[in-house]
Amino acid sequence: MIHALRHRAIPIATIGYVLLLLPPLRHLLESRMFLQMLVQMPLLVVIGYLLRGGIPRRLAAIIDPWNGQGITGLLLASLTGMFWMLPRSLDAAVGEASMEAAKFISIPLLIGLPIGLGWPRAGFVVRGVFLAELIATCFRLGWLYMVSPIRLCNSFLLGDQQRSGTYMMVIGAAILLYVISKLMWGRIDSR
Amino acid sequence: MSTLRTWLASCTLLVIGGVALATATDGFHAFTSEAARRVEIRRHPPQVPGVTLETQSGAHVNLTDLRGKWVLVDFIYTRCMSYCLVLGGDFAQLQDLLAEPLAQDKVVLLSISFDPAHDTPMELAAYQERFRTRGRGWLATRPVNQNDLRQLLRTFGVTVVPDVLGGYVHNAAIEVVDPHGRVVGIFDMGNPKAVAQAVRQDLVP
Repeated sequence: MIHALRHRAIPIATIGYVLLLLPPLRHLLESRMFLQMLVQMPLLVVIGYLLRGGIPRRLAAIIDPWNGQGITGLLLASLTGMFWMLPRSLDAAVGEASMEAAKFISIPLLIGLPIGLGWPRAGFVVRGVFLAELIATCFRLGWLYMVSPIRLCNSFLLGDQQRSGTYMMVIGAAILLYVISKLMWGRIDSR
Repeated sequence: MSTLRTWLASCTLLVIGGVALATATDGFHAFTSEAARRVEIRRHPPQVPGVTLETQSGAHVNLTDLRGKWVLVDFIYTRCMSYCLVLGGDFAQLQDLLAEPLAQDKVVLLSISFDPAHDTPMELAAYQERFRTRGRGWLATRPVNQNDLRQLLRTFGVTVVPDVLGGYVHNAAIEVVDPHGRVVGIFDMGNPKAVAQAVRQDLVP
């Protein structure tokens, strides 16, 4: 099953990408803050991740020496992620066509794909640092969105922002529990 | 070898990423689009379009007719039941605080409705009455077509989002237009004294 999925990763990613681009789904996912930030954007990350199988072996041989332990790739993903976490980026990605296009191109290619190429090469420490930072980011931003009395995005309602904050806390806690379970019952560097 | 190259690649990325993030936040100053809009207005004051508006008395006024005066602009909808009510109170207070320059026709208060289908001249007049308008220097208006409205919202950087109660939420503020017709400042609502003080400073030649 997993093998078959891996085999069809590229077609699945393509279909998913086209679906996300279609206006009905796109407008729905951009109507609420948490739908854009916590559904649409993560799906774009997954699509980029699935593309890693499509990287030709020769190209991978060129990239790999520059991407020891996947560090460079995970760094690229983190920096791009920081940009898309700015409230003004979330706003612009809804209101401006150029930023909307940048979102659909950069999130798969500069976040999803580098994670796909980097994660399998990353060892215990690198994975741990990346996950700890991801969890911390969920808590930090989640807290900010929960307690901020002012709207940080002009395109979304205050209640929406608070709900996004709550969901981020839940997601951060879920990843934390996953890491703890791995530490207790498994190996974090295992596939 | 791979370690060295990874170091090189990562450090390069960090520098590029840092520069990109600094650019994207106007030097780590503007993280929200509201802050960005204020930075942008300070840098390149946008020219107000020559749009015609219908006032509370049914008269028509073109924004170019207001050149030569300072104009304080806010965006409203008369059905507002929440924060944006503050704007109406601010304008009524500004009528007192700026009574003299308003009487001399050096300053105009201008409310523009983003709900023109509902906000007829009668509704606009009733809106002013609700805040006990002093009757002088405050125009409550609506754009005459959707195109003009879109153009105004874009120039003034106002985003209107429908809320769950059938009303709207928007980045409400008081915007200052100089005598050349350029948007030169944005003030948070709820502090009319600060607005009045800034305008009086601008009026001193």
